Amino acid sequence: MAESICRSLRDGALEGELAPTLTIKDSLASPFSFNVFSHILLQLSSQKSQSHGIVIVALSRSPSFYADFLKNKGVELSSSNKWIHILDCYTDPLGWKDKARKSGNVNVVSDQISLATSSYKSVKDMDKLFLAITDLGRGLVGENKVRFCVAIDSLSKLLRHASLQSVAGLLSNLRSHDQISSIFGLLHSDLHEERATAALEYMSSMVASVEPDHHSSENCLSEKNFTQGKFSVRSKRRNGRVRETSEKFKVEAEGISFASISAEDGTTVAGLLPKVQFNLQLSEKEQIDRAKVVLPFEHQGNGKPIQIYDGRRSLEESSGEGAPISRCKNEDSALGEIIYFRDSDDEMPDSDEDPDDDLDI
Amino acid sequence: MEHKELNLLNEALGFHNNNLYGRFVLVEDTVDTTAAFVLHQILKHSFSSHPSSSVIFLALSHPFSHYDRILRKIGCNLAAQRDNKRFFFIDMLMLQFPDEGKPNDVGFAAVFEKIESVIKALPQDNTKFVTIMIDDISFLQVAANGSSNDVLDFLHYCYTLTSEYGCAFIALDHKDIYLNEEKPAIISEMEYLADILVKAEPLATGLAKDVHGQLMVLHKQHGISPVKIHNFHFKIKENSIECFYPGTKI
Repeated sequence: MAESICRSLRDGALEGELAPTLTIKDSLASPFSFNVFSHILLQLSSQKSQSHGIVIVALSRSPSFYADFLKNKGVELSSSNKWIHILDCYTDPLGWKDKARKSGNVNVVSDQISLATSSYKSVKDMDKLFLAITDLGRGLVGENKVRFCVAIDSLSKLLRHASLQSVAGLLSNLRSHDQISSIFGLLHSDLHEERATAALEYMSSMVASVEPDHHSSENCLSEKNFTQGKFSVRSKRRNGRVRETSEKFKVEAEGISFASISAEDGTTVAGLLPKVQFNLQLSEKEQIDRAKVVLPFEHQGNGKPIQIYDGRRSLEESSGEGAPISRCKNEDSALGEIIYFRDSDDEMPDSDEDPDDDLDI
Repeated sequence: MEHKELNLLNEALGFHNNNLYGRFVLVEDTVDTTAAFVLHQILKHSFSSHPSSSVIFLALSHPFSHYDRILRKIGCNLAAQRDNKRFFFIDMLMLQFPDEGKPNDVGFAAVFEKIESVIKALPQDNTKFVTIMIDDISFLQVAANGSSNDVLDFLHYCYTLTSEYGCAFIALDHKDIYLNEEKPAIISEMEYLADILVKAEPLATGLAKDVHGQLMVLHKQHGISPVKIHNFHFKIKENSIECFYPGTKI
């Protein structure tokens, strides 16, 4: 549940415990991890939590994007530099623009952003990144026991710039830092090998997966897949138990909204029937009439032997093999009876199984 | 009559409200269905989108004469635009980085610096109407000797230009060259990055005389504008392209 994730992140870490970490995972079929990420960011910015500040490590969106986003959602930005700080790894992650400026070819264009931003130009160095994040965080909340939260714009981008070991090391260091309250980041699962995704999932206390409603084998894109889908959360509790929940989500202009999966949305038999111009279902009367139909090879129980014509009268006297069940009954009627249990009584009409499968001819 | 035939494409790309500025458009095609015509159409339209608009074209697969000839057929004079300083053709046909002894990223940084310096040299107000086009990305990979990380870094920097200056960034890539790779490819990374995705694919039913392929244009959610998907078929004619809804070809 999206609400419970936000609550866990807001509650933060206990003394001596690793900080709760959330990984939001998606794929090209339903690429909405950033919508979930920004939703959580908004929740943490606007509600009381253990953390007194947020450090956003921005790799795939510009700082001005975050400033506009928070402003549009009504977050007051004038006092924001007391509780939010962006580590800008988007504008110049490898220092190319810096080098161009040093060689005197390009003029500096200063950007007016309403959020406190520090640029970071060595995104391939995870140790330096860790120091930058923690310095920024301490700058926001001070040196005491006060904690801050870390939001990583894209773990996928980090994995592209550095090895899995160093990214895992970074996450591990962040989790064990005693001033970090919680961490959340997003990951595109189809950009990495399975072991990379698995390693990061293992290090997270909560994994939220964004999936399309229906998995299709072809690469068909429908507008439906691009506005809604399934949101599954797997969270590890403190006592070691793992809890899995699922919700539906819908992406609208205002943002992302979550709703629980209700009974009507589960596929029912009626839902599976194709929409054609003739009626494929049976009415009540039709079902009763159908139950009354006398079927061949079945005893009606009125004591009389039933003669069923099988087209082989000429062989009746001479051979006894290949006889239908009723003939056996003729011979044994004095000694016993054959009780025939219909297996197909348990099945609904129109089920896929061939009713003639039971016959023993 | 040319306008009528290309109406669907123009509408899908959102030319009427200058939808491309500030966005990254990824055009994907295959060997069977080339989408170069999409690039030509965007190129032609970028000059008429605004009186002071300009185009920076990174050419890796064809020389200037090729584009000049094609655009002339659809009514656009590239040579004149180049002389008017509205069309900047950066010829990179001989691009090869490790040859000169410099590492890849230094080479790519130099290319990026060149693009940025062209933008910075424009008058202040005109920097909002710049279109950057790359034809095509597979050659960047060849130049980098297969190192996709360096190509992705370069593409990221080009992408930052869309947010910093409001440029339109258009790139062409071929989907089927990545089919045999086990490792996730550049193309997936770019599909995540793209704001507008244009995919040209052959028809599921195979080759046909009257329909050369199908085009899908996806606009991802951007601010308040909702997700929009356009699907239609196209036929490449001698001097133009005809676009029509499936089944409506007369």
